[in-house]
Amino acid sequence: MLTYILRRLTAAIPTLFVIVTISFFLMRVAPGGPFDLEQPLEAKVMENLRRIYKLDQPLFQQYLTYLAALLRGDFGPSFYFRDFSIGELFAQGLPVSMRLGASALLLALAIGGPLGALAAFRQNGTADHAVIGFATAGITIPNFVVAPVLQIVFGLTLAWLPVGGWNGGAFRNSVLPIVTLALPQIAVIARMTRAAMIETLRANHIRTLRAQGLSTTTIALHAARGAALPVVSYLGPAAASLLTGSVVVETIFGIPGIGRYFVEGALNRDYTLVMGTVVVVAIFVLLFNLLVDVLYALLDPRVRLE
Amino acid sequence: MSDTSACPTPPIGRSLWQDARIRLLRNRAAVASLIVLVLMTLACLIGPLLTGHPYDRVYQDYVRVPASLSSYPKAEALPAAVQRIAARVRATPSEIVAQGDRIRLVLTAPRPIDQRLLVYFDRSDQFGTPVITANEQEGRRLSLEVPIKRQYFLFGTDSNGRDLLTRTLIAGRVSLAIGLLATGVALVIGVAYGATAGYLGGRIDMVMMRIVDVLYSLPFIFFVILLVVFFGRNFILMFLAVGAIEWLDMARIVRGQALSIRRQDYVLAAEALGVSTGGILRRHVIPNTLGPVVVYVTLLVPKVILLESFLSFLGLGVQEPMTSWGVLISDGAHAIQATPWMLIFPAAFLVTTLFSLNFLGDGLRDALDPRDR
Repeated sequence: MLTYILRRLTAAIPTLFVIVTISFFLMRVAPGGPFDLEQPLEAKVMENLRRIYKLDQPLFQQYLTYLAALLRGDFGPSFYFRDFSIGELFAQGLPVSMRLGASALLLALAIGGPLGALAAFRQNGTADHAVIGFATAGITIPNFVVAPVLQIVFGLTLAWLPVGGWNGGAFRNSVLPIVTLALPQIAVIARMTRAAMIETLRANHIRTLRAQGLSTTTIALHAARGAALPVVSYLGPAAASLLTGSVVVETIFGIPGIGRYFVEGALNRDYTLVMGTVVVVAIFVLLFNLLVDVLYALLDPRVRLE
Repeated sequence: MSDTSACPTPPIGRSLWQDARIRLLRNRAAVASLIVLVLMTLACLIGPLLTGHPYDRVYQDYVRVPASLSSYPKAEALPAAVQRIAARVRATPSEIVAQGDRIRLVLTAPRPIDQRLLVYFDRSDQFGTPVITANEQEGRRLSLEVPIKRQYFLFGTDSNGRDLLTRTLIAGRVSLAIGLLATGVALVIGVAYGATAGYLGGRIDMVMMRIVDVLYSLPFIFFVILLVVFFGRNFILMFLAVGAIEWLDMARIVRGQALSIRRQDYVLAAEALGVSTGGILRRHVIPNTLGPVVVYVTLLVPKVILLESFLSFLGLGVQEPMTSWGVLISDGAHAIQATPWMLIFPAAFLVTTLFSLNFLGDGLRDALDPRDR
């Protein structure tokens, strides 16, 4: 197991390298630069700025400089948020995004899993149709519709919760963003659990349990293990994207996470910020894919890690 | 799909597709979705011609009017509208009487009224050309008969005074076109790539799928945004690019199918007869992978439409005066408190379409699943 994990981690390094290379050059091919303002800067000022940020060097030289810095764990200074380095921005934003994402993920698992199981046990019944309808709604209604509606209902009409803001991570402030983030995940998890559960309930070992006259709860617990497999493999990428923040939710609720950074960075040609975000997200994706594979082997004895 | 109506007597055996069609037609949710989708497409294609408003026509007098089944201008708004125009003509209105399609009024002023200024009635969106019925006191007192222009804004208007119904339908055209375009690109690349990898197998397959794996672990949404920045808001190019990214799942699905198909007897027979690799791929492998592909396509279209609305929400999507459901929803979400109809109608259209596509996809999957027979 340990050697497997180590080998996967080593294999992740070339992938990361490819990702960094592609994004670096793609970003630079795009027209425009970080210091293009509406009123162009004086030529001398521009020249100095470019020299300070080493943009005057040949592109390949810059690429090598960036790689070397990255190896030391240095993401470089931000071009747009002038007083911050990328490391500082992430140190502030990443914990916020991760907390929201993790809470949303747990909420989604706690609600979506049981809902899906319920639907599977009552296949083609009213409860099943209700869950499918809810799940389809959760997948199809975009979160930028859900968020303002929640704000209007709970923030303004009922005035139970604040409309936005982070307020140092107070519980009241994080309820609406977490619910907005969790709704589509609840929907997907419920759907996947239902499909996997229906499949598992037809399996021989479950039929044996039924024949032995065991209670529905026991059967459900046994079936849950088999049904968890597809859900787990979905959760890997989902967790990676949730933990690295959502642009929409962070913009609408005014949350200081890192979800907004990529769009802002790409629009302002903040090269280091974009690269930093890409690297962080890619690391999350790779880590969670590994985690999924390990969990898979733990859940399903037929899977061997080689 | 095979043509069953050509057979006068139903054959005893049924092909996969006939079977699937029968099972799909039995699924009420899927059939309803199909009908909704057809209606939605027709509405978006033909509707903008019938609403009577061009999608980019600005009605300055009807900014943010709420949705209403009755016609504009409203009777209670008429005196104020007349007052405004009269002020520009530099006269005082009196004896305002609305009679059906016309309004009678008397304009008085201390000095003779410049009749050229009456063109302000014409210029407004509410009235037609005024007719002078009486001219008293050397032009200081004019009796006018002004026709009222009746307009219908069934969905209200947006913050620029454009008809929301027309815009929603035009937006539907754009959103559906984008969904189909990007899915088409993904379909072509994914099927060709996946079928080739799966059929050829061995080392070629390994290398081809390894490339897919690497592309898979790229933070994909970021690349879409980069492409948008790169291609500069040209939405056709942009969605060709989206399609070019969304083909990965398709390639995996098709490859899985192709792996099992290449061991089938009919493929071996074709190989033995000396059919070329391209010929086998076109004639045998690709047609037999279509089942899961069709299912995936119906689920990919809503995904792309959602992606487009997400990009539009970020301001990276379709640019004014063109519009898409995502743009409309984003505008509506920003003004939800004052003008809720600007969010409700486009969101309802988008969600209905996505719902139908999802139910249709689920129905197709159930219909094509051989295990459920």
